[in-house]
Amino acid sequence: MLKSPTTEEAIEKKQASSKKRSTFKLNANDKYFSLLFLGPSLLILGLFVFYPMIKTFYISMFLTNTLGKTSVFAGFSNYAELLTSPDFLNSLVVTLAYVLGVTFFTLAISLLLANLASKKLPGIGIFRTLYSVTMGVSVSVAAIFWLFIFNPSTGFFAIIANALKLTPINWLTDPSNAMWAVIITTVWMNLGFTFLILLGAIESVPQTLYEAASVEGASPRFQFFKITLPMISPTLFFVSTITIIDAFKSFGLIDLITKGGPTNATNMLVYRIYKDAFYSGNYAQASTEAIILTVIIAAFTLLQFKFLEKKVNY
Amino acid sequence: MSTILKNVTKQYDQDKKVLDNVSAEIQTGEFFVIVGPSGCGKSTLLRMIAGLTQISEGTIKIEDRVVNDLSPKDRNLTMVFQSYALFPFLSVWDNVAFGLKARKADKADIEKRVNDALKMVNLEELRDRKPRELSGGQRQRVALARAVASDAKICLMDEPLSNLDAQLRIKMRQEIYALQRKLGLTLIYVTHDQVEAMTMADHIMVLNDSKIQQVGTPEEIYQHPANEFVASFFGVPPINILPAQKVSEAILQVNSDFEVTLPHPIAHANVRVGIRPTDMKVVDSDELHANATIKAVEFLGNEKIVHAKMSHGGEVSVIVSSEEVFQPYQNVEITADSEFLLFDVDGKNITNKGAVTHA
Repeated sequence: MLKSPTTEEAIEKKQASSKKRSTFKLNANDKYFSLLFLGPSLLILGLFVFYPMIKTFYISMFLTNTLGKTSVFAGFSNYAELLTSPDFLNSLVVTLAYVLGVTFFTLAISLLLANLASKKLPGIGIFRTLYSVTMGVSVSVAAIFWLFIFNPSTGFFAIIANALKLTPINWLTDPSNAMWAVIITTVWMNLGFTFLILLGAIESVPQTLYEAASVEGASPRFQFFKITLPMISPTLFFVSTITIIDAFKSFGLIDLITKGGPTNATNMLVYRIYKDAFYSGNYAQASTEAIILTVIIAAFTLLQFKFLEKKVNY
Repeated sequence: MSTILKNVTKQYDQDKKVLDNVSAEIQTGEFFVIVGPSGCGKSTLLRMIAGLTQISEGTIKIEDRVVNDLSPKDRNLTMVFQSYALFPFLSVWDNVAFGLKARKADKADIEKRVNDALKMVNLEELRDRKPRELSGGQRQRVALARAVASDAKICLMDEPLSNLDAQLRIKMRQEIYALQRKLGLTLIYVTHDQVEAMTMADHIMVLNDSKIQQVGTPEEIYQHPANEFVASFFGVPPINILPAQKVSEAILQVNSDFEVTLPHPIAHANVRVGIRPTDMKVVDSDELHANATIKAVEFLGNEKIVHAKMSHGGEVSVIVSSEEVFQPYQNVEITADSEFLLFDVDGKNITNKGAVTHA
């Protein structure tokens, strides 16, 4: 009597019908008709996405002159050369460190802020607005703002250090500090969006779940880790994927704050591609790097979907 | 050893009291139903017992301990919500184990309690399913199992059956009742459904308009309702209430349509009579003697409900045997015997039957 057969039948029927759908065949007429609908978007995507991608891959297989014209077919030797170049490997490592740092701190801080801002307290609206305000700040404004803060003699950090009689940190000239400087700036930029999305997710968790848990004896801490986190895990997954992809593609802040320096300490892949192509005129190498970056981002995203997606969807 | 509500009041702003001066004693091990129309404050009262809503005034005592300022987890009770409040990311088994894990019970103990609870609600085979893979009735059972697995002896239920279809509701009603008896739970059950209240309760508290109308056993509530509201809240179709005037010491003129004999003298000249649909009679009549016109006839199998419009205003429902034949627009004469309730103009029951009222 527990296993109401009707629901089980219903579930089986549903599975069966979805199987049927996957083997559904289009007849010839429908095929042409469907092309009519797909046509416009295929055309635009092909022209502006697929063609440049294929062309980039094509260029990466050649040597190029300074105008970007292909000269000698080089096969995969561009790849081999890059993957053994210490300079490029440094860029890879730096990029990975940056991506991990940015993703971790963005998620941790915005989760903390979102959790605080979800409490029903007087004046909480002010904080919600403040926390999400970086969404409206442009990269260049943020970069200038943070350059002032990082300034070793007149910056905010320097003033505090001086007041405490400490030596001010050379944020932008010391290689290991420069990495922190760009991570801090990027995290600050990311917070607004991530905060808002996570706040939305936390607010949509049904209140009765918390009520049921508190009647059953769960502490607020237990409720956060055993209810809030699992309930918002699909959103966390989405936000982390976006943050990772965004961090890999980071360009503006790096160009404005460190220009990849000092001594290549913040020379991320995208910035490197830009310099190789438009400063050194080495289009073949830049194209090769672009392809490698694409593969890395795709691999990261695939891995995330493979290992995390099942766990977060309930 | 009982749960005692004393002058419990809930007020959100100055003028409006959501609950006004509610007092009652709920015995350990009894099935106590709080019933009333929506907005009467019944869910608020339950949430106050659970500790999810602050008490404005008065005290709530559970087992000789004032719990007003205790947080929900320290009150040692469980609660079943209307929405079931199941965790969608946890399996059936983990949902039931949630509270025990939160209280850091010992592993073997959790294992045993959860398995026993699932067995008791017949869900052992679905232990690994997620809530979305369950039917409404099965989800309801998971919520029940959660209450069963806890060692708390007081269980609160907030309209637990209102999301189920009619047939399942009847079945779950019996299962909840059986479970409560088997485990000796003190069950405080909130519903708007008078049938649920009548069929399951040891004692019923009727709430309306933020106030207690009556507390009593189902029999007391049905046979000796404290007032017109209680009388009309219980029974399907509801009791027929008609105005009446005293024409002599022993005779009441009801609605100017028919007369009934008073079972005992009354002081009031104007009263209202409440006659259950089963205590009225309908007979075919010519236009001269008719005092009502039939509006509709509902066939229910073993009986029929005749809805009629009285000549001097007001409508009544009468239950007749299903062999009797009536048509809409038919002129009929409606009468009643001496089985009826008397209310004063304010709705208070003034029938003298040695009525036991706990209000």
